[in-house]
Amino acid sequence: MARIIVVTSGKGGVGKTTTSAAIAMGLAKKGHKTAVIDFDVGLRNLDLIMGCERRVVYDFINVINGEASLNQALIKDKNCNLLYILAASQTRDKDALSQEGVGKVLDELSRDFKYIICDSPAGIEKGAHLAMYFADDAFVVTNPEVSSVRDSDRMLGILSSKSRRAEENKEPIKEYLLLTRYSPERVKLGEMLSVDDVQEILSLHLLGVIPESKSVLNASNSGIPVILDEKSDAGQAYVDIVARYLGENKPHRFIDDKKGFFGKLFGGK
Amino acid sequence: MSLLDYFKTSKTSSASLAKERLQILVAHERVSQSQPMYLPQLQQELLDVIQKYVHVDKDAISVKFEQDGNQETLELNIMLPDDQTKRF
Repeated sequence: MARIIVVTSGKGGVGKTTTSAAIAMGLAKKGHKTAVIDFDVGLRNLDLIMGCERRVVYDFINVINGEASLNQALIKDKNCNLLYILAASQTRDKDALSQEGVGKVLDELSRDFKYIICDSPAGIEKGAHLAMYFADDAFVVTNPEVSSVRDSDRMLGILSSKSRRAEENKEPIKEYLLLTRYSPERVKLGEMLSVDDVQEILSLHLLGVIPESKSVLNASNSGIPVILDEKSDAGQAYVDIVARYLGENKPHRFIDDKKGFFGKLFGGK
Repeated sequence: MSLLDYFKTSKTSSASLAKERLQILVAHERVSQSQPMYLPQLQQELLDVIQKYVHVDKDAISVKFEQDGNQETLELNIMLPDDQTKRF
C-alpha cells in the first residue's frame, strides 16, 4: 500500500509545486518508488518544474476517462528511474475530475508505488478538494506572511472535516508544516513572522524551513527540481525535510541568521 | 498615553503586529467554522418567532454554539426590553 501525501496551501504562489517536485524527487532518490500527480487541471505546471513538458502525451484526465492506461500516461523522470510524473490536462477544466475517477487512479497506483504525492491547485475548489480527499499525510506549505498563514489555517479545517479519513472516522490525516521563502535576516529585524510565531498560530508539527533562495528560480528555469541542487540552501533544506519525514533525526537549519559581520559586508548568496 | 508608551509603540515591529492580527482572526474563524451550518438560519427564525410577541431588536438575541469534548451546547440568550409598554 502506498502512502498518499497531499501538498496543499490554500494560497497560490507559496511553493506547492516546487515542494511537490522536490519531495517526490527526494523520496525516489532514497530508493522509494514514487509518483507525483498534478491536480491543477487547466493550469498544469508540475511538468515544467520537473522538466518533462515535452514528453506529456497522455494526462491524468485521459486516464480517468479511460482514454489511456496509467502506464501510458506515467512519465518516467529523466534523473531518477524510481520517479514517475502524471501530468494534469491543460485543455480540460477542473470538472473533468471526479472523486470516483481519482480514487480509482490512486488505488491502481497504490499497488505499485510506495509514495504518491498529490500537488494541489490553489484555492478550495474541486481540484484542491480531490487532491486532499484520499490523503494520509498533508504537507501544508506556508509563507511567513499573513494571508498565507490564514489560508493554511482554513485548509487545516477542511483537511480535518472533508477528507476520506474524516468521513470514515479513521485516524485523521497527519499534518506537517513546511515554512517556505523564509528570511532569517528579516525575522531578526522584526519584519517577518518567525517560525515560532507561525507554529504558535497554526499549532502544526514543523517538518522544515526552506529559506528564500535564488536557487529555486534557477531550478525552475532549467526544469530540475531544486532538491538536486545539492549546493544550494533550499536544496539542502528539502533533503533534510525528506529525511525527517522518513523518520531520521535531523536538526533544523536555516532558521537563524548565521551571517556574521563579514558575511553581511561582502554579501553572499 | 505616557511618554514611555510612545517610545514602546514606536518600536512595535510589523511582524508582531502581524502575529497579533492573525491570532485574533484565526481564533474567530475557527469558532465560526466549527459551528453547524444551520446556526444563522436558526437564529433568524427564532428572532421571527420572538418578535411576534415581544418587540426586540435584532441584536437582542444571541445564539451561541459551544463544543467541549463530546458535549455540544446551544446557548440562547434573549434580552427583553425594559419598557413593558412596548408589549403587544
